[in-house]
Amino acid sequence: MSVKEHMKHVEGAKKSDIKLYALSTCGWCKKTKGLLNKLQADYHYVDVDLLGDADQEEAVAEITKWNPQCSFPTLVIDNKSCIVGFKEQEIRGVIADAG
Amino acid sequence: MPAKKIPEEAVESAYQRLTVEAESGGYHLNPDVAFTKELIRGLLENEARYGYGACPCRLASGIKDDDLDIICPCDYRDPDLAEHGSCYCALYVSGAISGGGQEAEAIPERRPPASERKKIKAKGPQGHFEGGATSLPYPVWRCRVCGYLCAREEPPEQCPICKAKKERFERFM
Repeated sequence: MSVKEHMKHVEGAKKSDIKLYALSTCGWCKKTKGLLNKLQADYHYVDVDLLGDADQEEAVAEITKWNPQCSFPTLVIDNKSCIVGFKEQEIRGVIADAG
Repeated sequence: MPAKKIPEEAVESAYQRLTVEAESGGYHLNPDVAFTKELIRGLLENEARYGYGACPCRLASGIKDDDLDIICPCDYRDPDLAEHGSCYCALYVSGAISGGGQEAEAIPERRPPASERKKIKAKGPQGHFEGGATSLPYPVWRCRVCGYLCAREEPPEQCPICKAKKERFERFM
């Protein structure tokens, strides 16, 4: 397996390439998922704490490329930019710009 | 690592206990009860799977010694309360937020990244006490979480102020 295979797809009307790295236990990650759902965003997410050791290591390496602190939630948009933390206005902005 | 299912009653009783403990030490839990209980559920899940209550909003390593600083209440809570009005996960909030005047917001991560932590660890303990002879009749211990000081042969089993365990104390004088 790899991290990609563990990514869960949430279908939504607002098409864009959003990858959300989250923790299953984290309050801000839950708020981020809730906001994306409310905005009907189409996105993929993975709860990094639930991964096995090898996949977790791979996920941490991926996240660290975008966010050296490797904190959660980390949202990667179009493989170009990232939003670290539950920044509601920034997330709303990204979804508003999406199809 | 898979999460363990935590029964509702366990979350409720931890919520009650943490509320009493926080208030008795001058701290406050987030008044958003639903949000707070979800964090406590996460904390209990971490306790069940790692054997220690790592912060629910940080990725635990599974190695307790490497994660002592993020066992709740974490080493970063009090500086974050002072600077931002809440801790990183927002389980604990300032009096102003607790009173309902303001709302907790997501704040930046204060914990150094893993590469930095490795360097800090390699340098050895960064306590204030350099060792050697002291004229004091007792050693002084400092709680790394809340700064509580006590002069006695050994630190207490639990900090009387913030309830952090003995292992969170460092020699201060």
